[in-house]
Amino acid sequence: MSTKNNSREKGELVLRMRGLRMEGQADGEWHEIVKGIDLDLHRGEVVGLIGESGAGKSTIGLASMGFARPGCKITAGSIEFDGTDLMQQSEDYKRNLRGGRISYVAQSAAASFNPAHKLIDQFGEAAVQHGVLTKSEADRDAKDLYRRLELPNPDTIGYRYPHQVSGGQLQRAMVAMAMACKPDLIIFDEPTTALDVTTQIEVLAAVKDIVTTFNTAAIYITHDLAVVAQVADKIMVLRHGNMIELGETRSMIAKPKEDYTRELLAVRTYKKEEFAEANDDVPILKVSNITASYGKGVNVLDNVSMEIHRGHTVAVVGESGSGKSTLARVITGLLPPSQGSIEFEGEILPPALKSRNKDQLRRLQMIYQMPDTALNPRQRVRDVIGRPLSFYLGMQGQEKENRIRELLTLIELDPDHFIDRFPGELSGGQKQRICIARALAAEPELIICDEVTSALDQLVAEEILKLLQRLQNELHVSYMFITHDIATVKAISDEMVVMLQGEIVEQGEKDVVLTPPQHEYTELLLSSVPEMDPDWLDDLLAKRAAGEVVSTIASKPNA
Amino acid sequence: MTRFLKFMQSAPWSARFGMFVIAVYVFVAFFVPVLAPFGETELVGRSYQGWDSTYWLGTDSLGRDMFTRILYGARNTIGIAFITTCLAFLFGGLLGFMSATLGGWVDQLLGRFVDVIMAIPSLIFALLLLTIFGTSVPVLIIIIAVLDSTRVYRLARAVGMNITVMEYVEAAKLRGEGLWWIIRREILPNAMPPMVAEFGLRFCFVFLFISGLSFLGLGIKPPIADWGSMVKENAALISYGDITPLLPAGAIALLTVAVNFVVDWFLHKTSGLRDEH
Amino acid sequence: MNAILTMIAQRLALGLLTLFVVSLIIFFSVSLMPGDYAEAILGQAALPDTVKAFREQLGLDQPAYVRYFQWLGGVLTGDLGTSFSSERAVTELIGARFGNTMFLAAYAAVIAMPLALVLGVLAALYRNSFYDRTVNVVTLTTISSPEFFLAYVLIMFLSVGLWNGSEMIMGGLFPPIANVSNDVGFWERVYRTTLPAITMTLVIVAHMMRMTRASVIDLLASPYIEMANLKGLSKSRIVFKHALPNALAPIINVIAVNMAYLIVGVVLIEVVFVYPGLGGLLVDSVSKRDMPVVQGSCLVFAAVYIMLNLTADVLSIVSNPRLLHPR
Repeated sequence: MSTKNNSREKGELVLRMRGLRMEGQADGEWHEIVKGIDLDLHRGEVVGLIGESGAGKSTIGLASMGFARPGCKITAGSIEFDGTDLMQQSEDYKRNLRGGRISYVAQSAAASFNPAHKLIDQFGEAAVQHGVLTKSEADRDAKDLYRRLELPNPDTIGYRYPHQVSGGQLQRAMVAMAMACKPDLIIFDEPTTALDVTTQIEVLAAVKDIVTTFNTAAIYITHDLAVVAQVADKIMVLRHGNMIELGETRSMIAKPKEDYTRELLAVRTYKKEEFAEANDDVPILKVSNITASYGKGVNVLDNVSMEIHRGHTVAVVGESGSGKSTLARVITGLLPPSQGSIEFEGEILPPALKSRNKDQLRRLQMIYQMPDTALNPRQRVRDVIGRPLSFYLGMQGQEKENRIRELLTLIELDPDHFIDRFPGELSGGQKQRICIARALAAEPELIICDEVTSALDQLVAEEILKLLQRLQNELHVSYMFITHDIATVKAISDEMVVMLQGEIVEQGEKDVVLTPPQHEYTELLLSSVPEMDPDWLDDLLAKRAAGEVVSTIASKPNA
Repeated sequence: MTRFLKFMQSAPWSARFGMFVIAVYVFVAFFVPVLAPFGETELVGRSYQGWDSTYWLGTDSLGRDMFTRILYGARNTIGIAFITTCLAFLFGGLLGFMSATLGGWVDQLLGRFVDVIMAIPSLIFALLLLTIFGTSVPVLIIIIAVLDSTRVYRLARAVGMNITVMEYVEAAKLRGEGLWWIIRREILPNAMPPMVAEFGLRFCFVFLFISGLSFLGLGIKPPIADWGSMVKENAALISYGDITPLLPAGAIALLTVAVNFVVDWFLHKTSGLRDEH
Repeated sequence: MNAILTMIAQRLALGLLTLFVVSLIIFFSVSLMPGDYAEAILGQAALPDTVKAFREQLGLDQPAYVRYFQWLGGVLTGDLGTSFSSERAVTELIGARFGNTMFLAAYAAVIAMPLALVLGVLAALYRNSFYDRTVNVVTLTTISSPEFFLAYVLIMFLSVGLWNGSEMIMGGLFPPIANVSNDVGFWERVYRTTLPAITMTLVIVAHMMRMTRASVIDLLASPYIEMANLKGLSKSRIVFKHALPNALAPIINVIAVNMAYLIVGVVLIEVVFVYPGLGGLLVDSVSKRDMPVVQGSCLVFAAVYIMLNLTADVLSIVSNPRLLHPR
């Protein structure tokens, strides 16, 4: 503990990682998942680890604590913390560092807080156990930090149990807990990934505030470059366990050296080229005054009306609990509404799925968020795409086979390679393409896309968006695009609908909705989306403090 | 075929041992008339003769050859337990999947019914029913199959529920597919691994259950050769330090252990329920 | 707290309802009996007049629901009717033996519970170690063996001994027959019932240990345990402070399931050791088709079973922190 007090100034080396190699176990065999990583981290410095799934970011983050998850092991390299190689130290030595001088903030605070203990008891536990603080000192610190991180009722919130506190607050309480021992190094492992954008801001602000105030070194792990740009001094780009590029945040964003980094930077810039023209035909879908609820509880949808025209893409935007997915369930007939009507090309659709005829079902198709669960793992690609062909269109034999191949070509997969595969033999992006082909096989007029890109890595998601756009240009199909991601909306939609707590707060052409003046919630939502600009967060917080932009809205439940 | 061989090679020694034992039992059950030195109910000597070269394991209380009866026991005891388990899976599995897919009042009704049946310990319920209907082999099979199908129902429903919440089932419903198609094409193929494992475990349970009843004198009755009742008939020998009556009991234990070993490995392989994480 | 009280009240009501339905089943299952009840008792050869008189004596000429409520009234006042075979009151027959059965079950439980919990938690903590694998194979073997097999093996090794061709070896530690009567003192009773208790313990420990191991492993995989590790807490603190409070509900469940199993498993063990318990009585009465005794014993077993499951339900509600501290 002696080094801790005498040098708090910036610049001293805290972590020095050399040639780190790790293996992970899959199907009973060991595979290398981290392939020789070097990393230096100085006091007061924040390094962002960024990459897609399987890049090894979390594994490296945990390794800096000398920790490997069960099923993983460190095979080579050195991890020097404060001049001592953790690889050479006993488990007791490392245990003393963890929670004392190095702490960890997990992705899901809800799962990582013990449900059986109060927040404040968990806050001080590590500090008291390591003999740094007494319980009463820890409680006092907790309240100070809760206040600093702007948690409501900072003096009493600690005496609640984790499940009594909302997600965003819990995540901030976890950031506070990580600071209990005033550590030299904090690992932030995707702390905002599970949160809505408007909540994400609060946690990001908390992280930034803590790190600068206490001059702590930190590793910030995320898949989102715009998020990491707000907090990190340098960024390390990882892919498949290799380092692709390391550089200062500003210079990397301005001038990336590697192609892969450039691709990651480019993902949020895709825009559809030609916009569908407004036509005054009968709309494909017309939803009028829909009100719906699950059981006899509160209405999940309240008096919702919208239209979708042929060849158009309408994005339905909202955060969790806004009712956007429920709207899809009502339109598909899974949840008959208590009031209102749905018209398809001017013809009233029966509210319940069971009373709709085959042709009505055929014209409305759906693509899901999770391609993993949307495809039956026991059916081959041929059967998945072939079933709608025979079910709706009565195709058989060679005609069906040819059509399946045609559809595979249409979604840019080689029929010879893919027609006999099971979903387990496909990547996430390929599975989503198969789902698209299954929807197209029915020759629909309207496809409902429910968060179709949010489970995918960004580069793959971008490919899927481009494919959907190309298909729309060729086939003039309409899309209802449900998403929480504003970047996706900007990329693909013609019109947009903003939902909040089961109501539509704003709708219209995309450019109109995106330009002020807007409904205050739309403004809050749009301003909360991180931009690829390292000053974005500071500017926004300054503006919000000055009251130039909305920082909260009256009807929004506390985050 | 090569994939199958590779799969077998990955089996630990316990599972291989289990598969070997099961194979031997099945072989004996099929070829017992050829393998057995005497007839099933044939009186061949005095009662309670010791082990010698003619009567390898001696004779029982009535003078029938023990070794022959143990071999016949494989056919009778395993056969009855197997038929019972199959019936239980037919009732329980079908109703369970229907409950999961249909939901609503069908699910509620079946669920409550099963709850009540399961609120009575199955051995006690079986004893009550056997008192009423008397003890014959068909009655035994039906009673145990019905009682055991409640457990199969619970599992099939739970497994089915986990599958029906999958979006591919929703996709099939949205496409307009019927109930039977959804059960057969979407649910059943995905429910197979846990159901197969459960079949092994239920078989063990039923097998032990029937043996227990026979041991109590309420299951399979003489002169049919059955392992449980053979233990009861010859238990007197135990007080003379003779282990012969324990052999049929050991035969029961060995088969159950073997099935359990194989199921253990199968579950470990297929469920992804690995201990490592 | 109110939510919890409501939940507990609901469970209690459900338990009572179940018990009521079970009593209906037990009573009316008799009417499923092929042929007439009285004929079945007296045999085909009985004179019609005798059958008629017997029927009236049993009250069989009254409508079923009347008989049910008479029977239920009897049950509630401790009158379960008269045994056909011994002409004694069923309550008296059951009463004496119920105590014996509970004694044996409690004896086995006292040994089995702590043993199984400790072994199970250890197996989970040191999973895939040599200890864990050994325990896995041993318990799997025990579970797979019929109870009477285990019982006879124990009798041979610990009681009568083995005949090696010329003399008896081993054995002589405990009596092979658990012969207890009311005048036997407590420690003598413990000694005489040791073998049946050990047999039951073997079976229960195997089941319980495996269930405990599975639920503890499940728990140890949760993110908050990883968090506790990353906070640098000691292993004992992680187990006792972080795992245990959350493990209570699943462990209580394991105990209850096995207690219920114990109560039923006792039937076979009692027969092997000729122990004067409720299980032995039930089996005897089934062979004699002594309906009142069968009904009475079944009702008692079912009631104990339902009560144990109910207790487990209530305890696991009470030990769930999410329910204890509602929003």
